[in-house]
Amino acid sequence: MNWLANLGAWVIEKIAATGRASQVLYGALVAVPRPIKNTPLVIRQMYVVGVQSLLIIVVSGLFIGMVMALQGYTILVDYGAEDSLGPMVALSLLRELGPVVTALLFAGRAGSALTAEIGLMKATEQLSSLEMMAIDPLRRVIAPRFWAGFICMPMLAVIFSAVGILGGHLVGVDWLGVDSGSYWSIMQSTVDFRADVLNGVIKSFVFAVIVTWIAVFKGYDCLPTSEGISKATTETVVHSSLTVLGLDFILTALMFGIE
Amino acid sequence: MNSRKIELVVGFFVALAIAAVLMLAFNVANKGITGEGETYDLYAKFDNIGGLKVRSAVKVGGVTVGRVTSIKLDDKDFTPVVTLTIAKQYTNFPETSSVSILTSGLLGEQYVGLQPGFSFDGIEPLKEGDFIEDTKSALVLEDLIGQFLFSKSKD
Repeated sequence: MNWLANLGAWVIEKIAATGRASQVLYGALVAVPRPIKNTPLVIRQMYVVGVQSLLIIVVSGLFIGMVMALQGYTILVDYGAEDSLGPMVALSLLRELGPVVTALLFAGRAGSALTAEIGLMKATEQLSSLEMMAIDPLRRVIAPRFWAGFICMPMLAVIFSAVGILGGHLVGVDWLGVDSGSYWSIMQSTVDFRADVLNGVIKSFVFAVIVTWIAVFKGYDCLPTSEGISKATTETVVHSSLTVLGLDFILTALMFGIE
Repeated sequence: MNSRKIELVVGFFVALAIAAVLMLAFNVANKGITGEGETYDLYAKFDNIGGLKVRSAVKVGGVTVGRVTSIKLDDKDFTPVVTLTIAKQYTNFPETSSVSILTSGLLGEQYVGLQPGFSFDGIEPLKEGDFIEDTKSALVLEDLIGQFLFSKSKD
C-alpha cells in the first residue's frame, strides 16, 4: 500500500509543479503590456543572456561547421559528390544543429545562470522584499528575463548557423579544395528560405520558450537554501536539454517528415 | 557598466543577428524562382517521371526558369501529370516546345529540360494552363540494362 501512496504523492507533486510553472509563465506574459517601462530591464537582460553568450555560440558554430565539412568531405569524396558539401553543411545546420545545439548551449550558459540568480534572490529574501514593497517579482524579475531569453535565442541560433556555414567554407573550400562557386551555388539551389531557414527559426523560438521557462521557473520555485539552488541549477540544465531533444524529434517529424 | 554602454552592445548584437538573417536569406537560400514574383503554370504528362520531385528545377539550356510545383497521377489514364511553374519573365515558348526529364551528372538530381520548338505562323505561344504535348520520360537504368541484355541475347 505504501508504494501506491508514494506514486500518488509523486503524481500530485508533478501536477502541482506544472500548475506553479504555468502561474509563473502567466505572470511573466501579462507583464508585456507595459513596454516602455520594462524595455530598459529587458535590454539589460538581453545583455546578460544574449551578448554574453555570443562568444560561446560563435566559437561552437565555427568549429561544428568546420568538423561537418571535414567529415562530410571524407564521405562525399568517395562518390565524387564533394560539390554537395555546401548543401549538406547548410541544411544540417539550418534544420537541426543550429536550433538544437544553440538551445543546449543556451541552457548551460544562460539558463543555469538565470536559475542560480533567481534562486539566490529567493534565498536572500529579495523576492519577498519586493512583494513587501508591492512590486510583483514576476513582473519585475521574471518577465524581463523570460522575454530576453525568448528574443535572444533565435538570434543566437541564426548567428550559429551563419558562422557554421562560413566555418564549413573555411575547411571545405580553403583547405580541402572544393570549388567555392559550387559550394555556394548548389547550396543556393537546394536551400529554400521558407522550408529550411524559417522552419529552423520557428524551432528555435519554441526551444527559447521551453529553455527560458524552465530556467526561470526552477529558480523561482527552488528551495531557498544553498542545496536547493544547486539542485535547481542542475535540474534546469538536465530538464531543458532532455525537453529540447525530445521536442526536436516531434517538431522535425511535423516540419520535414511528411511530404 | 552604465546603461548607455549596455544599450550599445545589445544594439551591436541585434545588428549581428540581422546580418546573419540577411546572409542566410540572400547568400544561402535560393532567391527563389517561383519563390516570389509572378509565375504561370504549364502541365506535362509523362509515361514515367523517374526520380523527379516537387521543387525540382525546370531548365532551358541550363538556365533555371521555374520549378516543379506538383506531381499528380491522372485518374483516367494513370500517367503522371507534372505542374511546371515558370517565372513570368520567361514567356512565349512556342506550342511546339518539348520537355524531357534529365539527370545532372551521373548520380545527380533529376530536372525537367524544356526544349523550345520552332515558331512560325499559326503556332501560338504556351499560356497559363496549357499542356505540353511532346514529352520524353525519365531514363530508368533498369529498363536500359534490360534492353541491352535483350539485344545482346538476340545476337
